[in-house]
Amino acid sequence: MHSIPGRRLIMGLFLIFLLLPIYWLVNMSFKTNSEIVSTMTLWPHTPTLQHYKRIFTDESWYSGYINSLEYVVLNTIISISVALPAAYAFSRYRFLGDKHLFFWLLSNRMAPAAVYALPFFNLYSAIGLFDTPWAVALAHCIFNVPLAVWILEGFVSGVPREIDETAFLDGYSFPRFFIKILVPLIASGIGVAAFFCFMFSWVELLLARTLTSVSAKPIAAIMTRTVSASGMDWGLLAAAGVLTIIPGALVIWFVRNYIARGFALGRV
Amino acid sequence: MDKTVNQKAWFLVLPVFLVVAFSAVLPLMTVVNYSMQDTFGNNQFFWNGVGWFKELLDPSTDLGGRFLASLGRNLFFSLVILAIEVPLGIVVALSMPRDGWTVAACLVILALPLLIPWNVVGTIWQIFGRPDIGLLGYVLNAAGIDYNYVSNDIDAWVTVIVMDVWHWTSLVALLCYAGLKSIPEAYYQAAQIDGASRWAVFKAIQLPKMNRVLLIAVLLRFMDSFMIYTEPFVVTGGGPGNSTTFVSIELVKIALGQFDLGKAAALSLVYNLIILIVCWIFYTVMTNAGAERKPQEGAA
Repeated sequence: MHSIPGRRLIMGLFLIFLLLPIYWLVNMSFKTNSEIVSTMTLWPHTPTLQHYKRIFTDESWYSGYINSLEYVVLNTIISISVALPAAYAFSRYRFLGDKHLFFWLLSNRMAPAAVYALPFFNLYSAIGLFDTPWAVALAHCIFNVPLAVWILEGFVSGVPREIDETAFLDGYSFPRFFIKILVPLIASGIGVAAFFCFMFSWVELLLARTLTSVSAKPIAAIMTRTVSASGMDWGLLAAAGVLTIIPGALVIWFVRNYIARGFALGRV
Repeated sequence: MDKTVNQKAWFLVLPVFLVVAFSAVLPLMTVVNYSMQDTFGNNQFFWNGVGWFKELLDPSTDLGGRFLASLGRNLFFSLVILAIEVPLGIVVALSMPRDGWTVAACLVILALPLLIPWNVVGTIWQIFGRPDIGLLGYVLNAAGIDYNYVSNDIDAWVTVIVMDVWHWTSLVALLCYAGLKSIPEAYYQAAQIDGASRWAVFKAIQLPKMNRVLLIAVLLRFMDSFMIYTEPFVVTGGGPGNSTTFVSIELVKIALGQFDLGKAAALSLVYNLIILIVCWIFYTVMTNAGAERKPQEGAA
């Protein structure tokens, strides 16, 4: 791959631009509130762990992380398991209304969450799922399932069709072929799709906040409420923010080799 | 590779269909229902026909004025961030290191902003831009630039745009990088033998190969910026005044703030329709681009 002159400088500047605001957040999370408000310091002069300690000992804080992870994992499992067979169908067969169906799915990925906030609230209240992780997990399916189908379809299409035919000739039943042969072949694709489901479910706030009140409240919503209630506890806010970055950073590290292909939705 | 016609494939698609229909069609029906009615609370509803839609598209009414103003702001915002993020993303993708551990390091750092919850992105920039405690605001003010995103419209806009560039340029860059990676080394060798200039290599080899991923990038960035809510809401709350109130912010204000269900539903439908149309145009362009490419691939 050929790159452009001055690439090290450009890349360096861009990475600094990306990292500087994050550094500032980390920096603030280790400062005491009096240091934050009184002086402008480039690094914490009296470093403290008090904000992190508060989050890890106060249940109303750390339960938020558990709630968030709960619906994110649920959503990822649901999305991938329903999307896999559909991706295979879209990749291998033509059937009545396939193109329209694909577009309809895609259009749901593009629908603004704000449109659905209120009807979701009514729907999940009516069926008794309001304020449970299931409500958020199902609501997030609206954009994650189409995305998962889209990514997986790209990966399934990369598997030569002869493999299916050989397997069927060898007497594999469809479910057995699917689990024993196809799934291992597109394992990296499943990883990428799961990464994307995780990512979009983890970063979404509007629906997650609307569909929960007390017992399933995501960390992102707890952050907004606590800040407005206690005036401005900047240090605590920063610490909570840093902790929301960590799961994402861990997940990226695991899929770093597939990231580029995944971002192209398996279509390069 | 021709696909076989098989209607039984519907059974494989059925789970997806049910899940998405449950979370898309049912709520949408509620929205259509509300959009034709007016409510005075207490769950009492009155038939209002297409009244809300008329009001929505008429700039002289309160609702219409607010909707069209926020729509204009949102379109302007989307165009600005596309104009910045797409070229910048291409440049960053071309600047990726060739191999070694730095590639993985760059990829991870690039992807980092994408995995930060959107309200935390807002919080990061809210803190970073504040003149009293934020590095950016402090440095700008120390340099003699009067910068305050809370009170100045232009500063608020610049902050929101820079924040979006910070947040999403990586997506464009990663997509382009994926496109560039798929170019066989032989193409470059051929170009070298022909004595092609850097610019010629970019125009004749790299850009055409990035066509498809760029389309995906533009599609995703347009859609996501068109429904942006959380980040500007956290940073500016839609202010100062209404200067950064985008369509989603206006919609949530009407729906969950004022509980004006009829108006909010009508706005939702028009908003959704706009997105649907744009999405359809992109989809058609994309699938056509794919269809044109296939015969070439077969020949090669």
